[in-house]
Amino acid sequence: MPQAARRAAIQVENLHKSFRIPTHRVDSLKERMVRPFSARDYRELRALDGVSFEIRRGEFFGIVGRNGSGKSTLLKLLASIYRADAGTIRMAGRLAPFIELGVGFNAELTARENVVLNGVMMGLTPQESRGRLDAVLEFAELGDFVDLKLKNYSSGMLVRLAFSLMMEVDADVLLIDEVLAVGDAAFQQKCADAFREMKAAGKTIVLVTHEMATVEEYCHRAMLIDGGKIQHVGDPAEVGRRYLRLNFERGSELADHVQGGDASESATVRLCDAWIENADGVRVNTLEHGEEIRLRVELESKGDLPGLDVGFVVANADGVGVFQFGIPVGEAEGAREIAAGQRVKVAAKLENPLAAGRYFVHCGVNRAFEEGAVALYVQGAAEFLVFGGPRTTGVVTLEHEVGATIEDGAAP
Amino acid sequence: MSVSPPGTAAPLREVRGPSSLGGGRRRFFDLLRLMSVTEFKRAYFGTVFGYVWSLVRPLMLFGVLLFVFTKVFRVGHNLPYYPVLLLLGIVLFTFFQEATQNSVTSVVAHEGVVRKTQFPRLVIPLATVLTALFNLGLNLVVVFVFILAWGVDPTWTWLLFPLALAVLFVFSTAVSMMVSVLYVRFRDVAIIWTVLAQMLFYATPILYPLGKNGLDDPSIEHLLMISPLAVIFEQVRVWMIEPEAPTAAEAAGGPLHLLPALAIFVSACAFAVWIFNREAPRIAEDL
Repeated sequence: MPQAARRAAIQVENLHKSFRIPTHRVDSLKERMVRPFSARDYRELRALDGVSFEIRRGEFFGIVGRNGSGKSTLLKLLASIYRADAGTIRMAGRLAPFIELGVGFNAELTARENVVLNGVMMGLTPQESRGRLDAVLEFAELGDFVDLKLKNYSSGMLVRLAFSLMMEVDADVLLIDEVLAVGDAAFQQKCADAFREMKAAGKTIVLVTHEMATVEEYCHRAMLIDGGKIQHVGDPAEVGRRYLRLNFERGSELADHVQGGDASESATVRLCDAWIENADGVRVNTLEHGEEIRLRVELESKGDLPGLDVGFVVANADGVGVFQFGIPVGEAEGAREIAAGQRVKVAAKLENPLAAGRYFVHCGVNRAFEEGAVALYVQGAAEFLVFGGPRTTGVVTLEHEVGATIEDGAAP
Repeated sequence: MSVSPPGTAAPLREVRGPSSLGGGRRRFFDLLRLMSVTEFKRAYFGTVFGYVWSLVRPLMLFGVLLFVFTKVFRVGHNLPYYPVLLLLGIVLFTFFQEATQNSVTSVVAHEGVVRKTQFPRLVIPLATVLTALFNLGLNLVVVFVFILAWGVDPTWTWLLFPLALAVLFVFSTAVSMMVSVLYVRFRDVAIIWTVLAQMLFYATPILYPLGKNGLDDPSIEHLLMISPLAVIFEQVRVWMIEPEAPTAAEAAGGPLHLLPALAIFVSACAFAVWIFNREAPRIAEDL
């Protein structure tokens, strides 16, 4: 067997899982009898569509994805809560899943009984589980409440107990679903330390989260999943970037702004299309802060024109004009006239110091040599979204140098 | 495959998803024991009289039925052992009813563990049946005291009683598995089972002993013996209290006439195992 396979803690091959979402749920026998063939009243939802990856031993592995991306389904398949439709999962050693903190807890039982029961659920023997009771309670700082029924616990205490239990089961593989943001600040610090310890101790940990900061801080590798498919596996920072991009692309319902309405047309000229491209020449409506902005505009002349002045204003969502630029068309080529039906293509490259937010590009066209002769003005000819970058209350981040010194002032 | 380097002890094993028994045999039994014991404790240690309540219920039923059937309907007034028979029957049937009735909603009630943890599904109805079995054990102590006090002579056939209990336990478990897993998909199982259990109570010779001085109607007795419960209860009567009473085979009209009951018993068990195994992997999704 190859080296890599031997060191694997989890191997997933070509995993498929779909759910049947009933359009009409048959919940009772009567309905079943009345509509015996209604079993077909469902639509198939493909939660996972051919997912393969490998997690190595001792790896802290992050799984990231938007809501409904399939990451929770994947987690539940790994945890043996769902059964896969196709594909295989192989795992080395004992797994302790924490899909949600304190799930197996029974409010009617005391902390002692719950810890033992949960330990067994995680694969310990009752004796081992009892042996770890003290350590769990100590970590949770709940020693005085060992015989208190859980229904009398505060939610903070519950969370602490659950988290401590997770820390103490020492399974070979830990499966954790967004549970880091628990407890007060002091306990959070303790948890962070515990995570680092577990990482140092070489445990295999799979963490599912929305928090990119957590992924980048702890994970060796991360995986981005979207639409039931793996989008990227590798460096957490790269996964983080892709995740943010994905989020904003889908999150914003930006129209592609192919102008067809009256507003984009005048007697003289028509704005055929205006769009934004990224540095790779791909049409986008989302750009990361600092990523080059390329604006492309196509105009069509409706009559013979002596030339055009094309101008643009980049304005933010508050309507504040951030930057203005333009180009005379025709003049540059020796005052060439533009005949009816000819197309004018404008391409612009801009640096992107823009603060995160939504931006609009207004496009104005003037007849050349005729000051003030507006041929066309299209508000919001293109729009795009900028994400990332430093937090700022300003509109842009400018390159800057700043220094400070402390000097003794002259006494007044 | 080459020898694993030190520190990488566990080999890769395939994860097959949730099932009835999933997660290893030892873990299954540990969970089963813990769950049934805590369930049992919870039922009694929270109340003032604790266990007494579990006994009061069948005893009250017994008192009422004894009065009605000896004084009002005078079914059992000329049967010397009618009261002991009635008590034993009620206690045994209480076990069956408690086990199956509580099982109906058990899987749904443990939604949390089923949906969020790796939990062998069979533990849930089985723990419910075991909890009922603990109750039965305690109740039987009282029943035995009563039987001896009533002057029933112990015979060697008392040794066969555990066999009857085992058969009753298996049948109760089979029914519990069926109803618990069907309830996940069809919520009216709860209502249907309440009615069916009631019908089974009257279809089992508990209130009316069979044979002369009792029901004494061969055609009805033959019919009753189709039910595995009736067979078990009649045999318990013969083994425990009245050796001279008609055995199940006699009541059925010959040993061969017990075959339908046997067929029902076996197919109930087979169906329970089949349906539970079929549904178990999907319980988390169907909830």
